[in-house]
Amino acid sequence: MNKKSDFHASAEQINKLKTVIEESRSVKGCLMHVLQEAQTIFGYLPIEVQTIIAEGLGISLSEVYGVATFYSQFSLTPKGKHRISICLGTACYVKGSDKILEEVQKVLGIACGECTEDGLFSIDSCRCVGACGLAPVMMIDNDVYGKLKPEMVKDILKKYTDKEANK
Amino acid sequence: MTIKELDDIRKKKEDLIKVRRLVKEEGEKLAKKTGYRKQVLVCGGTGCTSSHSMQVIKQLEESLKEYKIDDILIVKTGCFGLCALGPIMIVYPEGAFYAQMTPEHVKTVVEKHLVKGGDIVKDLLYQGTVKPNGDIIPFSDTPFYKKQMRIALRNCGVIAPEDIEEAIGAGDYAALEKVLTTMTPDDVINEMNASGLRGRGGAGFPTGRKWSFAKASQGDEKYVCCNADEGDPGAFMDRSVLEGDPHCVLEAMMIAGYAIGSNHGFIYVRAEYPVAVERLKIAIEQAKKYGLLGKNILGTGFDFDIEIRLGAGAFVCGEETALMTSIEGHRGEPRPRPPFPAVKGLFGKPTILNNVETWANVNPIIMNGAAWFSSIGTPTSSGTKVFALGGKITNVGLVEVPMGTTLREIVEEIGGGIPNGKKFKAAQTGGPSGGCIPAECIDTPIDYDSLISIGSMMGSGGMIILDEDTCMVDIAKFYLEFTADESCGKCTPCRIGTKRLLQLLTKITEGKGEPEDLVKIEELANHMKQSSLCALGQSAPNPVLSTMRYFRSEYLAHIVDKVCPAGVCKALLTYHIDEQKCKGCTICARNCPVNAISGQLKQAHKIDTSKCIKCGLCMANCKFGAIERM
Amino acid sequence: METKMINLKINGIPVSVPEGTTILEASRKAHIEIPTLCFLKDVNCVGSCRMCVVEATGARGLVAACVYPVAEGMEVRTNTEKCRQSRKMTLELFLSKHKKKCLSCERNHNCELQKLSLGYSVDEDRFKGEDFVLPIDTSTPYVVRDNDKCINCMRCVAACKKQNVNAIGPIGRGFNVHIGSAFDRPLAESPCVGCGQCIVACPVGALSEKSNVDEVWKALSDSSKKVIFYTAPSVRATLGEAFDLPIGTNVEGKMVAAIRRLNPYAVFNMDVTADLTIMEEASELINRIKTNKPLPMFTSCCPAWIKFIEQTYPEFIPHISTCKSPQQMFGALIKSYWCEKHDINPKDVFVVSVIPCTAKKYEAQREQMPDDVDVALTTRELARMIKTAGIKFTELPDEEFDNPFAVGSGAGTIFGATGGVMEAALRTAAHMLDGNFEVLDFFAVRGTKGIKEATYLVAGHTLHVAVVSGLDNARTLVEQIKSGEKSFDFVEVMSCPGGCVNGGGQPTLSDSVRNSVELKEARAKALYSSDNNNELRRSADSPVMTLLYEEFLGFPNSHKAHEILHTSYKAHKTI
Repeated sequence: MNKKSDFHASAEQINKLKTVIEESRSVKGCLMHVLQEAQTIFGYLPIEVQTIIAEGLGISLSEVYGVATFYSQFSLTPKGKHRISICLGTACYVKGSDKILEEVQKVLGIACGECTEDGLFSIDSCRCVGACGLAPVMMIDNDVYGKLKPEMVKDILKKYTDKEANK
Repeated sequence: MTIKELDDIRKKKEDLIKVRRLVKEEGEKLAKKTGYRKQVLVCGGTGCTSSHSMQVIKQLEESLKEYKIDDILIVKTGCFGLCALGPIMIVYPEGAFYAQMTPEHVKTVVEKHLVKGGDIVKDLLYQGTVKPNGDIIPFSDTPFYKKQMRIALRNCGVIAPEDIEEAIGAGDYAALEKVLTTMTPDDVINEMNASGLRGRGGAGFPTGRKWSFAKASQGDEKYVCCNADEGDPGAFMDRSVLEGDPHCVLEAMMIAGYAIGSNHGFIYVRAEYPVAVERLKIAIEQAKKYGLLGKNILGTGFDFDIEIRLGAGAFVCGEETALMTSIEGHRGEPRPRPPFPAVKGLFGKPTILNNVETWANVNPIIMNGAAWFSSIGTPTSSGTKVFALGGKITNVGLVEVPMGTTLREIVEEIGGGIPNGKKFKAAQTGGPSGGCIPAECIDTPIDYDSLISIGSMMGSGGMIILDEDTCMVDIAKFYLEFTADESCGKCTPCRIGTKRLLQLLTKITEGKGEPEDLVKIEELANHMKQSSLCALGQSAPNPVLSTMRYFRSEYLAHIVDKVCPAGVCKALLTYHIDEQKCKGCTICARNCPVNAISGQLKQAHKIDTSKCIKCGLCMANCKFGAIERM
Repeated sequence: METKMINLKINGIPVSVPEGTTILEASRKAHIEIPTLCFLKDVNCVGSCRMCVVEATGARGLVAACVYPVAEGMEVRTNTEKCRQSRKMTLELFLSKHKKKCLSCERNHNCELQKLSLGYSVDEDRFKGEDFVLPIDTSTPYVVRDNDKCINCMRCVAACKKQNVNAIGPIGRGFNVHIGSAFDRPLAESPCVGCGQCIVACPVGALSEKSNVDEVWKALSDSSKKVIFYTAPSVRATLGEAFDLPIGTNVEGKMVAAIRRLNPYAVFNMDVTADLTIMEEASELINRIKTNKPLPMFTSCCPAWIKFIEQTYPEFIPHISTCKSPQQMFGALIKSYWCEKHDINPKDVFVVSVIPCTAKKYEAQREQMPDDVDVALTTRELARMIKTAGIKFTELPDEEFDNPFAVGSGAGTIFGATGGVMEAALRTAAHMLDGNFEVLDFFAVRGTKGIKEATYLVAGHTLHVAVVSGLDNARTLVEQIKSGEKSFDFVEVMSCPGGCVNGGGQPTLSDSVRNSVELKEARAKALYSSDNNNELRRSADSPVMTLLYEEFLGFPNSHKAHEILHTSYKAHKTI
């Protein structure tokens, strides 16, 4: 539940968040916007970040947390350097995207929603990225891979691990 | 901006746009007037972008430069509809429809076609536009486009959505001009009422009536909202409109604002639609710069502002009251109605909410009149409907057809039928709120009421085609997984009901179902329909109820015979090797991850079903078709 | 403006109600009760549990009566087969995800879910499925949350929100929604102040006070312990409810008799230390006024309010009266004066206060005064003990408290209602300032209004006073004082709306009662009539006060009084 937090933030990140809060606080119903910006700044929304938001906007932490846990876009845990997102929308599902997800999980040895130990990859499922013509699809960061077959997964992921190894 | 200035821009751009709507001679004539010998339109919608249409544009620019061609206009448009063939590139005035373009193909097209005196590269065209005798037909005459009628999508794939002048040239803001200068708010509402336009977001509530309620409500402030939180997984109609013609939505919201007495609009759009969000932002910025949004619009004294609010991944926020709660910055939980939003909506003020496609119909209704609009479609459902056609269908893409078009026309003609010679089994419409239409109903003319009568619903327009390899119990389970995951958790029937329903279906797909489970499912499903707080819970059982209605035998096969006829539900499958066909090549044994297959080289192999995990690798790898799934 | 009346029929019975009335409210006019779970008058009205579904003309499907407004000519049917089937299945769904440990549940026989399940003959095992099992939160000294019993009615969340404390809220989405504090941390780490309004709002056994009953039983059967009970002013006004007596019945005599039958060493009256609080507090106020110390002075009787100030407005700590609360004063007095007088080792004494409040359990453990009170029992816990002991409460004779702490003034008694402390203090302070000041009734500070303000002229001093109940109102007032918009000399704050009579430790009443009576008023009435019937109306006039100051304390705010009866506060931030 209350895992030890590994949260580290630079003063610059914190200031950026505070600026966002300052600019947004007069806008009616700005909490979601602030959370979205915070997630862009920090990658996720740990208690430290949500506390700053709660104090900055003058609302309770429990309300901030309630909103953060309601919307699937918000993450309370850090994500991988490369975010894999497998579309489980209907068009992709009927074309076997569940098998793609299974394969990605198998190759990386983690479950959907988790992050690999080296922090390189995290897997999530999503509902429709809008590339139904290419079903089944998966996204890695901003790249879309379409018309997938399970056996293609290994090679695609290898591209990323190789790139990292060469650094 | 004054009305005259708006008219001037329209005149300046009109011909340029018209070229893209005409073909052959007429277009060629007009093209001469525009100063551009040719126009090359490349789809910049999400579908084509995913298949790298941006590289196509880049290559096009480079190649044109290389050949020193400066009389060709490149236009990055929204979606052409035929997403399965992306990236798509169309060359006007000849209307050459190039499909599945790569940078290499672009080089060829520039070299052979776009240079002066060049000719169409037939091999790279969408082959549906090339007759067996080699003649090229206009793509509008191909089966995919021929039966379509583009009203909401009129400018998608025609204009550059990031250029407001193109939008104006294509007719956007003409309706706003007409409304502000020649119509009273009541005139507008009467026109909308007379058109018979019904909300395209799912429930099909008459748009004009909604507006008239909000007009009648007293309030110091009123709001106009646009629902662009297209949550149906596998539907992308609204996204395509926003990506292809964002200005038509802004214009329509202003018209509604004028009609009901509101000066403030909100667009609630999915954060998962980055391209749409970006284009909306650009559109709003440009509209403000041109004085088409903000204070004293077109010098008429009418003020209107629009804000974008991003969703954050909650299907329930497509429900109108949940959407408003979400804009207010809270957990997107629906509120009981009444009070209806028209009386007490966003921030407690009278509010109207329409979805993107509904808004996209406003301009044509104002411009062409209610009589014109209501002449299209069926008596109770006028106009057209956009569908996102997906699943087991050849022409995956976006189609717009008059209401009353039959499912058969969509599947067999527009959609090009089922690939791989498979049989059509059902069409799922309405997404997680809808149902499955079986083959026996394929000739049903589609409109709001007919779909409800056969146990489905229009929904926002997702249409997923299922073939014989689809298990209907599994599909029902898929949708229940979705709604259980997306239930907000506020009301009991939906919060617990979706979960229990899902558990019952899972039990059946695992071969543990009992006959009385069907009774339980039906009772629970009807309970949720009747007693849930909002439309999500009320419609969540539809996929189950409709599949049980039309495919009961498939449920019974799972429960009584413990088999999955479509061969999908793993727990109910067994693999075995046909001794006659097996050549003893050992490939299957080597591929089996759990060593469940044994046998000597060149002798028939056997699968130990107690070890088999039903992964299907053996079957996929057998070269002799010796492995069967039962 | 005249309210428009709407005519409708409920189960065929014509009723006429003002426009905007809900079907649920209107049905009462037809003498029909529609079952509810998530609805709680003045607290929660969201239409989410779907128990109150009815059929109404003009509506699609079934509608939730608690939120559905009536319309002219509407015909409502509340008891059709369709309604009953729907309610039954809703209950079956609830029960499929409810820890059905009913036998040992604190709310057995007093549980809304149980009551309805019986009425609708549900099959509690009809729907099964793997459920998530959440840990029981026992982190605070005052409340236990067992989320596996929770039915997500949100009444506790609404109660907390109404207090504007917002320590808890819904977490997650769909089936996984559960109630908790941010990041699922233990409640003890949240801004919870322990007011217990969530507990009295809970229709089931998901929330209960952390019971100290077993400790008290143990002490009672320990021959080396002298167990002392004393009861707070409001307990006598509410304890009877636990024995089905009408709301607002003063059961002081039976309460004393019942406790005495539990066999303690003595049963005392906390009105005595209420009087003592007034002596100290009134003197402190006068002193503050005369020496220009921080004003306004805030009362310090309510531990939830103290915790709230320490957490939320630490800059106002110097404004809080340093007086201990009556509960703590009593414990301190017993373990000093009374022990000395009877030559008893304080270690052999076991002090049990009976209070209407859950925060008092926290107060008893405050680091500034950990030894004053051994156990604080809520009214509910006392009722349970009486029942367990087999005492026929309603048949008991009336008995009196033990001496020397038997008699309190009427001023001490009204501590249990909002405005009571203020009125009690005014009676004494005014008299202290001006010996000829004989006014005893200060009507402007009575009543259940959330914020009351009044100005009195006493001996040339203009006293601006305010009385607030409910922490949301307290927050409003503090903000007004902070901004300089308002200024006062003396402010009474009670955390619970209506004061201690509506405290978080009071008996949980069934929804059908709570939703149809004005609880705070009815309970407070018992206290004011007791005050009215008391010959002793002013704390300073109490012979017990004379005795205490003469024999032990010297004079109000003396060094000794400070040592024993006053305390200090400490800022601690929570979020």
